[in-house]
Order: sequence, then C-alpha cells, then structure tokens
Amino acid sequence: MHQQELIPHLFRTEFAKINAVLIKYFGFKHIELAEDLTMETFAAALENWPYQGVPEQPRAWLYQVAKNKAKNLVARQEVFRNKIEKQWVSEQELSQTGEWSETFVLDQTLQMMFAICKPEIPAESQIGLALRYLCGFGIEEISSALMVNIETVNKRLFRAKQKLKSGNKTLEFPAEDLLVQRIDNVLLTLYLLFSEGYHSENKEEVIREDLCFEAMQLTEQLLLHQKTNLPQVHALYALMCFQASRLKARKSEEGTLILYQDQDVELWDQYLIAKGVSHLHIASQGKLLSKYHLEASIAYWYTVAGERVEKWENILLLYNKLLVMQYSPLTALQRTFALSKVHGVRKAIVEAEKLDLSDNQFYHALLGYLYETVDPAMAEKNYIRARNLAKTQKEKSVLQIHIDRLNNLH
Amino acid sequence: MQQYALIMRHEDGAKLASPEQMQEWMKMTMDWIGGIAAQNKFVSGTGLPFDGASVVMNSGGSKVVTNGPFGDIKETIGGLIVVKAESLEEAIAFAKGSPVLLGEGNSIEVRKVASDDSTH
Repeated sequence: MHQQELIPHLFRTEFAKINAVLIKYFGFKHIELAEDLTMETFAAALENWPYQGVPEQPRAWLYQVAKNKAKNLVARQEVFRNKIEKQWVSEQELSQTGEWSETFVLDQTLQMMFAICKPEIPAESQIGLALRYLCGFGIEEISSALMVNIETVNKRLFRAKQKLKSGNKTLEFPAEDLLVQRIDNVLLTLYLLFSEGYHSENKEEVIREDLCFEAMQLTEQLLLHQKTNLPQVHALYALMCFQASRLKARKSEEGTLILYQDQDVELWDQYLIAKGVSHLHIASQGKLLSKYHLEASIAYWYTVAGERVEKWENILLLYNKLLVMQYSPLTALQRTFALSKVHGVRKAIVEAEKLDLSDNQFYHALLGYLYETVDPAMAEKNYIRARNLAKTQKEKSVLQIHIDRLNNLH
Repeated sequence: MQQYALIMRHEDGAKLASPEQMQEWMKMTMDWIGGIAAQNKFVSGTGLPFDGASVVMNSGGSKVVTNGPFGDIKETIGGLIVVKAESLEEAIAFAKGSPVLLGEGNSIEVRKVASDDSTH
C-alpha cells in the first residue's frame, strides 16, 4: 500500500482503537482530550513518515506515539492530578503497561462498544457515536452517511457525548451476569447501523454500502473476543452476510434500487452467502433462538433464487415466528407478502386488510401489488395512496411507474 | 384493549396421527398465530403436549396421580394462547380462525383475562 493510501487506511482502522485506549486512561470525563491526542498521533505520522519513511510496523508506531503523548500529558498534569481527577491513570501505571498488544486494544474497543450501546442513550445518538468512536468517521463523513447537515451532526454528537459521559465513568466490560443482556443493546446498535446503510430507500441516496461494511467489521470484532463470541452474534453476522450479498445486485447503474424479483442473480455474492451459511450454522449450536436467528434464516431463504414452494413456506413460517417474538409493522407486511406467495393473493388481501396500517406507505404499496391481478382499479387506488404518503422523490417516481402502467391497461 | 385467553379443546388428542398431518397442522397453527401477531395482538401462547402429562385428583379422600384420565373426560386441553382484543367479539373472531376447529367436536373456550388495571 502506498503512503498516501496507508495513512487514511490506518486512520479508519486505528482511530477508534487508539481513542478507546486513551479513554481507558483518562476516563469518559476527558473524552475530548483523548480525541485530541488521537488526532495528534495521526498528525505526527503525517509529519514524520514522508521524511523518515513509513515505519516497519506502522500500527505499533502509532500506538507507541499515542502512549508517549499520554505519558507526557500525564506527567504535565501529575501535579494537579489529585485535585482534578482521581481516576486518572498515573504516570507510574502508564510506564508499567507494556506495548499495546492486539488483545489489549481489542478489549478497549469492545468496552467502548458497550459504553456507547446503552439503552439510556437514544438510538439516534448511538449511531452517531458509533460512527465517530467505533468507526473513526469524521464529522463530514457522518454528515454524508446520515444525510444530515454538519451543524446537526455537531449538535447531536455534543448531546450524545454528554450522555456518554454521564452514563460511564471508566471503560469496562459489563459484569458477567449482565453481559448477555447488554450484548443485546450492542447487537441492536450494529443492526441499526447496518440497516441505516441497507434500507436507505427513505433517503435520496439508495444504498450506502460503507455503513453496512462498518457494521459488519464491528460485528467481526465481537466474534474475535471470547466474551462476546456468542450464538446471537454469529446469527447477526450471518444476517448481515446474506443481506450484503445482494448489495451489488440491488443498485442500477443510475443508482436506483432494483427490486428483489428483478435482480440479476449472477450478481449475488456467493462468497458472502457461503460465509453467512457457516455463521448461521455456528449460531444454531446451542438452544438460544434470538430474533437474529430468525431474521438470518429468512435472509438465507431469500438467497435461494427462484420461486420454489418450499422457499416461501419456510419464509412464511419464519415470519410467523418472528412476529410472535417481536411485532413490527414492516415484519407484518413482509409476512403478508410471503403469505401471498404460499396461499395466493386473495387470502393475502383478506389478511392485509386486518393489519390496521393505513398510514403506512408500504402497506398501500403492498395492497397495490396484491390487487394488481384481481382488481386493477383497487390496485391503482392503493398505489396512489402509497405515492402520496411516500417521503422522497425517488420513491414517488417508482410508485408512479406502477400507476402509469395500470392506467395504460384501461 | 383487553386480554383474552383462547383455550383449545380437542375431542381426542390421539387423533392427530400421521407425521404429515401433524406437520400440516403445525403450519396451519403457525399461520393462524402469525396472523394474530401481524396485527400486534398476540400476547403469549403455550402448547400442552400429551407426553409428560399427569392428572392429580381426589379419589375417595386421597390424592391419586394417574397418567391422565384423558379417556374418562370427553375433551382434553391441547393448548392456549392469550390475545389482545377490543371486544369479546373480536376475540371470538380470532378463535374462529383456529385450525383446531377443523376437527369435528373440537372447541375453543374464550375467556377474558382478569387485569389489575380496571381502565383496560
């Protein structure tokens, strides 16, 4: 890798790690200080490497510089330490920690994940914090990833940081008996992060793959650690692999979304599908059945091309189970779609009309689809309703295509 | 919204014989329950299989445990689910959709669940 690519690459992979270790040293109260030192560490690399050449082990170099910077800072502040902050690491403690090993760094990064993914912190803030402190995104990158302006990102991050500080003092793993409960929050945040990238039909930008891959990488980190290498984590990872396998096939050259039934199956990533299968297999050893197990199983069946009866019967069964475990309007709609594949559209229409989701654009889009063959006028009516409820121009234009097509039939 | 228990009674539990029939019945039951859950009105459910079943009864003043007098009484309880419904009528409509009722003589008892909160 060339130097001009190496630094951004290392920034992306190491920023969050270095920052986490420094937070471990200084406590959450001084999160800004940790951030400054992390930035300075990378600045030092930018200043030195062009002249002295890239060190043999660039990562170790960065860790060493970060550690020295921390040491100097602590030495400067030592006089005030007792007055300012009792939890602050001492110079002596700092000198005694040896080189930052991979496990040491991974420990801190995962503890950072637990600190951010707490139920007390609103989901919206969690995503922002995750992008900043787990993925090393800059303010501008967060702004374009979440489609909000820089000012909003700054405001959100500021508030989220206050929450982070008030909710945590030091960086630590939750106690053994709390870990399983707390990992649910971590998984939910990673799931939201992935979905933010995957289901971005609501936004003008169709798919933001970066977010998907960041979420996958963080999940991989969980799998690397003995404490968090758990069946539900494998299940979530499998789900992400299955979904991500269609990223290429979902996007047209013009950047619009290609629907499942219209995708070129050749573009489905078979490597990711195989990876998903192997993780789903690991996830299934043991008794635990999480919502991710069910969602991953559904996602698996979607990777099976074609319209075999068995496929839709299994998908319907899994949606039934998922709804019993946890209701969501989207799952209810997806279940009704699967029902139409197994029992026909007429039965699905009857079931759909019981759903009480008339404010939901996807509900009307589904009804539009179901009515197409049995009652085109009703189909059109529902597509129009869906179009009027749709939030973005892209969505509206996709629905308009259906409306025009039905119009041409009369 | 009030909770109702739907208690399913089978004429004869042993009638569900072949594995294929069992599988078909399971699918229909899951579709039925999934349909209620899709309306966000499913609360909980418990199947009551016949293996691991006993009956404790008072027989002539002493407590007797038997493997089940399922032959003595006409019906056995096969399971129960709890649903949310606006009215008894809605709960009855849910019950009517159950595949249990495809069997002649089977029945579903619909019972309001007592709640501490009188506003429900």
